[in-house]
Amino acid sequence: MLELRVQKRFAGRPDSAPFSLQLEFRAGAGVTVLFGPSGAGKTLTLDSIAGFAVPDEGRILLDDEILFDAASGVNLPARARHCGYVFQNYALFPHMTLRQNLAFAAERRPRLERHRKVNEMLERFHLTDAAGRRPHELSGGQKQRCSIARAVIGEPRLLLLDEPARGLDAPLRRELYDLLRQVRAEFSIPTVLVTHDLEECFELGDEMLILREGRLVQSGPPRAIAERPANVEVARLLGIFNLLPADIVELNPQSNLSRLRVGGFDLAGPYFPGRFKGDRVWLCVRPDQLAATARNGAPGANQVPAQLLRVVEMPDSARLEFAGEMRVQMPRAEYDKQKANKEWLVEFPQQGLKVL
Amino acid sequence: MPVDWFPLWLSLKVALIATALSLVIGLWLAYLLAHRRFRGMEILDAATALPLVLPPTVLGYYLLVLFGRQAGLGRLYEWVTGSPLVFTWQAAVLAAMFHAVPLLVIFARAAFESVDRNYERAARNLGASNWRVFWKVTLPLTRRSILAAAILAFARSLGDFGITIMIAGNIPGRTQTVAVAIYDAVESGNGALARTLVVIVSVVAVVILSLANRLVARQAS
Repeated sequence: MLELRVQKRFAGRPDSAPFSLQLEFRAGAGVTVLFGPSGAGKTLTLDSIAGFAVPDEGRILLDDEILFDAASGVNLPARARHCGYVFQNYALFPHMTLRQNLAFAAERRPRLERHRKVNEMLERFHLTDAAGRRPHELSGGQKQRCSIARAVIGEPRLLLLDEPARGLDAPLRRELYDLLRQVRAEFSIPTVLVTHDLEECFELGDEMLILREGRLVQSGPPRAIAERPANVEVARLLGIFNLLPADIVELNPQSNLSRLRVGGFDLAGPYFPGRFKGDRVWLCVRPDQLAATARNGAPGANQVPAQLLRVVEMPDSARLEFAGEMRVQMPRAEYDKQKANKEWLVEFPQQGLKVL
Repeated sequence: MPVDWFPLWLSLKVALIATALSLVIGLWLAYLLAHRRFRGMEILDAATALPLVLPPTVLGYYLLVLFGRQAGLGRLYEWVTGSPLVFTWQAAVLAAMFHAVPLLVIFARAAFESVDRNYERAARNLGASNWRVFWKVTLPLTRRSILAAAILAFARSLGDFGITIMIAGNIPGRTQTVAVAIYDAVESGNGALARTLVVIVSVVAVVILSLANRLVARQAS
């Protein structure tokens, strides 16, 4: 169990704005993902846990052992923290063979046990054939497996990964996710993973922490966050929603209904508790929750005329981009039937609308 | 014409010992400058570059003041070893080090700073002490650059003149290094001897330089 509370300030300079990290969280078993845009402070947090960066204030506890405590001046050096760290570019020692890289990590053991442990890891990660090669002679997948093997061979209490899938092609990405799931199942080491890729959060994360400009904006399981973003900021960071400015025209708690005005058109929606008539809000709806049909005559209930600007066709779906920043996603087959439409209507569901 | 081989042999001995000692001191200073941030770092930085900038006779003068027979450090040395430092071949070693150390610090520091920081971080993360990180990761990755720098330092030590002649003197058969011997031969009109020594030293210098170049080129690739 990792308990972290850190503060770090970087003063502003002529060429860069000041930055302040203020973070507090706990990470238990499973994978905790630190998600956020570049510069949010994710890697700084990871480095603080590993001992590569020193916070100005705060405390970091791992399994009740103090790694860092500003108040009492404790700052355990990186080599004493027992955290496995997987670097973005693997950082495999280029002048050593794969076997030597692993042996370096197991240096603290007596020779026989070290030998046995290294062989065990080579087998478990399917690296036995490549054991005598140098990193520059390995394939991307082998380097990936080696860097993770090297991080876990010392039986760390915590596994730290810095944007592990960054810059990887799709097949390698799949391999990495499968590998990390396998590691999670076989080794059960609590893991903290830093990424700005939402897909990774869903693939691997048990708990997700959203960081922005050094602050925590929302935390919870990825599914829950995607269902219920805390505010517009989070919704924007996730990037999976249409965010449309709207006014609440009418609220009817008894019949659980409301009316919203969006872009000059009225829509029926569910009752929004905690909101008032006349509120200016953001309507938050996913592209796959919207439908698009041909316009024949006047628009029906919850249908808004819209001008189609662009269509992005993908193998299994099509994304239609309309004026007014409305995006609709529909299965490819359905789009193929509607391709020839001249005028369009975007249809909003009556239930399932969210406002932020 | 009999050639006195003593100056050449002495210069080689002095250069070898000076280079070895300079490596120990130079690598340590380079490590400090490359890895640690501490107060007075700029002063240390300037101090290590200073000997390369000051005229050799100025340095020689300072060294005489410090290590002369009447001076504090000179008397300490005599008390410990039983003989004075000035006008011995050991002084020639000290003289050579005053250029060898700055050269090594400059090159070694650049080499250490060029190592990807993540390698050293990874090593520390995996439980290695600072010494082990240096010995097993940093040094192997900079091996060729350091070796090239050491070879250049050796070549520089081989040919030192200004400081050497001031604190080691020009005692034939005792402290007359090859550079000083050439000077002496020219001054006393012994053209043949001068020419012979010059050719030998030139050849040695060219061989050493090409060796160093080859090593640096291989490191870069």
